[in-house]
Amino acid sequence: MRYVEHDTVVRRMNGRMVVNTIFKSIFLLATLTALLALFVLMYQIVTQGISHLSFGFLTNFASRFPEQAGIKAALVGSIWLMAVVAPTSIILGVGSALYLEEYARQNRITTFIRMNISNLAGVPSVVFGLLGLTIFVRALALGNSILAAGFTMSLLILPVIIVASQEAIRSVPGELRDASYGMGATKWQTIVKIILPAAIPGILTGSILALSRAIGETAPLIVIGVPVIIQFLPAGVMDTFTALPMQIYDWSSRPQQEFQQVAAAGIIVLMVVLLLMNSVAVFIRNKFEKRY
Amino acid sequence: MSMTHVLDQKNKTAGYEAEGTAAAASRSVYETKQLNLWYGANHALKNIELDIKENEVTAIIGPSGCGKSTYLKTLNRMVELVPSVKTSGQILYRGRNIFDKDYGVEELRTRVGMVFQKPNPFPKSIYDNIAYGPRIHGIKNKKILDEIVEKSLRGAAIWDEVKDRLNENAYSVSGGQQQRICIARALAIEPDVILMDEPTSALDPISTLKIEELVQELKKDYSIIIVTHNMQQAARISDKTAFFLNGEVIEYDKTDTIFSNPSDKRTEDYISGRFG
Repeated sequence: MRYVEHDTVVRRMNGRMVVNTIFKSIFLLATLTALLALFVLMYQIVTQGISHLSFGFLTNFASRFPEQAGIKAALVGSIWLMAVVAPTSIILGVGSALYLEEYARQNRITTFIRMNISNLAGVPSVVFGLLGLTIFVRALALGNSILAAGFTMSLLILPVIIVASQEAIRSVPGELRDASYGMGATKWQTIVKIILPAAIPGILTGSILALSRAIGETAPLIVIGVPVIIQFLPAGVMDTFTALPMQIYDWSSRPQQEFQQVAAAGIIVLMVVLLLMNSVAVFIRNKFEKRY
Repeated sequence: MSMTHVLDQKNKTAGYEAEGTAAAASRSVYETKQLNLWYGANHALKNIELDIKENEVTAIIGPSGCGKSTYLKTLNRMVELVPSVKTSGQILYRGRNIFDKDYGVEELRTRVGMVFQKPNPFPKSIYDNIAYGPRIHGIKNKKILDEIVEKSLRGAAIWDEVKDRLNENAYSVSGGQQQRICIARALAIEPDVILMDEPTSALDPISTLKIEELVQELKKDYSIIIVTHNMQQAARISDKTAFFLNGEVIEYDKTDTIFSNPSDKRTEDYISGRFG
């Protein structure tokens, strides 16, 4: 006797097709919900903020008069912050990932370290703020400077960069390592000439996404005591500063209706910066992507 | 060092020269003595004794998991990339124990090239693939590199096929051509021995034939040790054959003898296709 009766299969086909269609619709709906939320958010912010957006908004300092309020100090401050965070976190992050993937022995200690790096990525940012306040601001007496905030932000995004770099390094095929070692290359030569070039798209994409998170974080800056109203530009990493999310937070907490528009304009600037960073990530990924 | 080294070799291997017909063909490249290897608790190689001669093709055959690839990878210590590997015994390469503390793996692997099972060119241009070895060993002169690239590609019988596309990615050519590029890449460091780990198992019959012809050509200048699960291939191209089973060398002899008149019942069963 036959176990798969084709006539029966055909008779039951309709039910299967209905279930198939239902799930397709559910997934489409899920996607549309996310898109709709994004669209509403963008619409609200753009309609509120666009009237306040001008060249002057980028070149003015903060002011208690909404029509004169500008974002210059925060924008420049955020760029300074990134100038500290990017090299610190990428050098430390890629270095740790290379150590864990290429040098460290596989034993219980390294497994424990790996697991905890992933856990660190889930620690709330305000906790990192407290860490930065204790170590950088007070113990190392860096005050509420760009350097202190930059180091704190670096610690915050370090786990994300390490994990992304580990994934990228691990995805480099083992055969390439074998080929390099098989010709008498040292570990360092293999890393520089084979592993890093192949892993760089993944490393940079992960790093830029992590930096995008750092540029939008507010909580650690508040804990460290970064001021909001600043009427000068920082001249070095030891100066105090303010950053885009701090400035936006301050404007949106003011009672005057006009400042809500200023805050919206600030958000547009922040989103443009984020969009630029993400497009750099996409560009790098497409340009350097290797095929095997 | 080369002169004194060669003289040393002559003294050390003088004993073997007496039995061989051609003096050059009887010199040993590798003498394996009481080699044992463990992956953790798994005893993968047991008391291996093998004497591999210069300018010969030595084939290593045996069923999957018999330790033939492990043995090959021990000869250039690539096996140590696997964590938890332990070895005991000796492998003398040109008279010197490769497990000696002061024998650097980088030096050993410069003298002993390797071709892998799956073609594994770097995601770089064909030129950069071939120049990789010379470059890591410090050759920067563009003219010398050009010459090495041409000589190596000619040596691997692929120069005519790729000479107009040296700057193209090595992945743009066929699998069989990629494997010959990998052979050229191994030749570029001018090794003494070439280890081949089932180099044709991922290739079509025509590419396989080309590689086999190439091996015949290369044995004039190199000693070749090839692991293969294809017994016809071993019979076609090798001078000596070692039959491995469960981590032991069951029989090691002239290829003709192994295939026509094996002395061990298990060898006979394996080559006649009764198992494996």
